[in-house]
Amino acid sequence: MSEVFTKSMARNIFYGGSVFFFLLLIALTYQTHEAWPERDNHENLTDQVRHGKELWENNNCVGCHSLLGEGAYFAPELGNVYQRYGNSTDAIKAFIMSRPKDGIEGRRSMPQFNFNDEELEAIAQFLKYVSGINTNDWPPNIQG
Amino acid sequence: MKYESQSVAKLYFIAAIGLFVGQIVFGLIMGLQYVIGDFMFPEIPFNVARMVHTNLLIVWLLFGFMGAAYYLVPEEAETELHSPMLAKLMFWVFLVAGALTILGYLLVPYATLAEMTGNHLLPTMGREFLEQPTITKIGIVIVALTFLYNIAFTVLKGRKTVITLILLLGLAGLAIFFLFSFYNPDNLVKDKYYWWFVVHLWVEGVWELIMASILAFVLIKTTGVDREIIEKWLYIIVAMALITGLIGTGHHFFWIGAPEYWLWWGSIFSALEPIPFFMMTVFAFNMVNKRRINHPNQPAVLWALGTAVMAFLGAGVWGFMHTLAPVNYYTHGTQITAAHGHMAFYGAYVMIVLAIISYAMPMMRGRKACNSAASQIVEMWSFWLMTIAMVFITLFLTGAGILQVWLQRFSDEPMSFMVVQDKIELFYWMREGAGVVFLIGLLLYVYSFFVGGEERTVEKKV
Ligand code: HEM
Ligand code: HEM
Ligand SMILES: [Fe+2]
Repeated sequence: MSEVFTKSMARNIFYGGSVFFFLLLIALTYQTHEAWPERDNHENLTDQVRHGKELWENNNCVGCHSLLGEGAYFAPELGNVYQRYGNSTDAIKAFIMSRPKDGIEGRRSMPQFNFNDEELEAIAQFLKYVSGINTNDWPPNIQG
Repeated sequence: MKYESQSVAKLYFIAAIGLFVGQIVFGLIMGLQYVIGDFMFPEIPFNVARMVHTNLLIVWLLFGFMGAAYYLVPEEAETELHSPMLAKLMFWVFLVAGALTILGYLLVPYATLAEMTGNHLLPTMGREFLEQPTITKIGIVIVALTFLYNIAFTVLKGRKTVITLILLLGLAGLAIFFLFSFYNPDNLVKDKYYWWFVVHLWVEGVWELIMASILAFVLIKTTGVDREIIEKWLYIIVAMALITGLIGTGHHFFWIGAPEYWLWWGSIFSALEPIPFFMMTVFAFNMVNKRRINHPNQPAVLWALGTAVMAFLGAGVWGFMHTLAPVNYYTHGTQITAAHGHMAFYGAYVMIVLAIISYAMPMMRGRKACNSAASQIVEMWSFWLMTIAMVFITLFLTGAGILQVWLQRFSDEPMSFMVVQDKIELFYWMREGAGVVFLIGLLLYVYSFFVGGEERTVEKKV
């Protein structure tokens, strides 16, 4: 780099640029908060759904599955599982309940978590709530 | 080594390498589970292996960053470390906390761990990369703050250089953005949005400051190029990193419930994110070409050039590949993401830590400047084995990802996830094969520390 471009110019670009774009990020984040009520399905965020999220976290479901495309890639996307299972929370519950304790020979296996009825319902309701979030039309199709 | 207290870095580097080996072993376990689904089930389910793999990665990189700071800050500041005692104490605190956390993952079901550690009091667990019990997270914050205090006071009492300044800013940012890991709202959309304030603003923000400053330090030392030139580069690289990377966070806001304008902001700014990585490559090669000395530590120079190239490929090229919203719509959360994640982490952060270890370790072990020729040759073999293996891991995962996108998301008759996974099994086998080569390279790396012999002659003028 030539003499015309000095170190103090580089330094000013660093400080000025960083501060400016950091403030812009904050401004856009503020905007995003304003826009959320229209999109985040909060009207269906019940206590049961909250409990479902807690169970989702405490059992590290995201360690195998993705949720809205984030997480692990070992097991199917669950952001739209409610639709994939025919808009049925019962089907979701039946699947989780029926996992064999020792897995399935040679196949990727999901653990048996021994959830009680109330917990199963909470998880299913959580997944139903997630499927109602406005995701700009993602995923591309029902397979997730 | 100019200052006695720099040697605390040795502990940190040894721990880093040890945990790196653990990380790769669990990577290979997962790689097998991808093809032999019930391998080690139910003793070590996939999610447990994954937590161990990714958390070990983060922890050993943090050990590496802290070691790098303890080594280079006294030398730059031209003074002893503020408190070597504190540095040693925090090393053990961090190591024990880390080990207990990993043992917790492996020995009890995750839900039990959550209960044992009182997760309901302040729920932070169960989110990708942030799986640590809340108490561990608090421990990390304490270690980070103590470390920052130690480093900052060293800088304050000594010479202030651009390298230490940028490094300090990066490390402070690392600690500050980690605080978002304590924010876990019930609203999943907000939870996800702020989760990226840790993950993205780390790897595509403040960590780049850390990487660039360590790179600048190693280049000054091994090429003898004038500090003025190096510092100008350093400023402009980190300027571009933050100018593109802050708003670039938007490439994660496309499909998680954030408003549509992020499709534009995220695509445009993140498409510019390769620029700082490209500049680092130009920078590294330029400085080596302009070198005033031929430093006898060849592996250190090799790692420094390697990290610049591989970070550009992994973060810059593989990142750009899937960052535009219309592309990301199809690739989001597929093996393409995994391919990119591997090469970017390896190229940028694994290799920069190995570069500073390679440069600093011989001196901390009582040599003048470098290891014996025999040891250097082994180390350079390990460089090529690991790097080429990582290139192939990335290529195989990319192949798997393209097929996955096609079969599951793009074709006229999309197939289900599990059916597609069966069809692309071959690519996972090949990834595992490349992973074994990676492990061999890593073991060779460890072995290189035990190869003795006469030290190579000390630096010559060009
Ligand atoms: C050498 C053998 C390795 C193997 C077989 C391996 C395998 C894996 C597997 C199977 C996953 C989980 C993917 C999923 O969620 O479905 C994973 C995740 C990950 N690994 Fe590795 N890994 C290896 C080395 C490495 C190295 C050297 C690094 C760091 C440089 C690394 C960094 C990561 C990261 C960051 C993730 C999370 C990726 C994401 O969320 O997209 N791995 N690895
Ligand atoms: C050294 C720097 C970088 C590292 C270590 C890194 C690492 C990662 C990792 C681990 C993920 C997966 C996160 C998850 O598990 O959900 C990811 C996602 C992503 N990265 Fe990077 N990255 C880097 C730089 C970049 C750059 C420069 C770009 C763009 C040019 C980029 C574009 C993306 C995109 C678009 C995703 C989302 C993928 C998806 O939709 O599934 N990354 N990155
Ligand atoms: Fe990102």
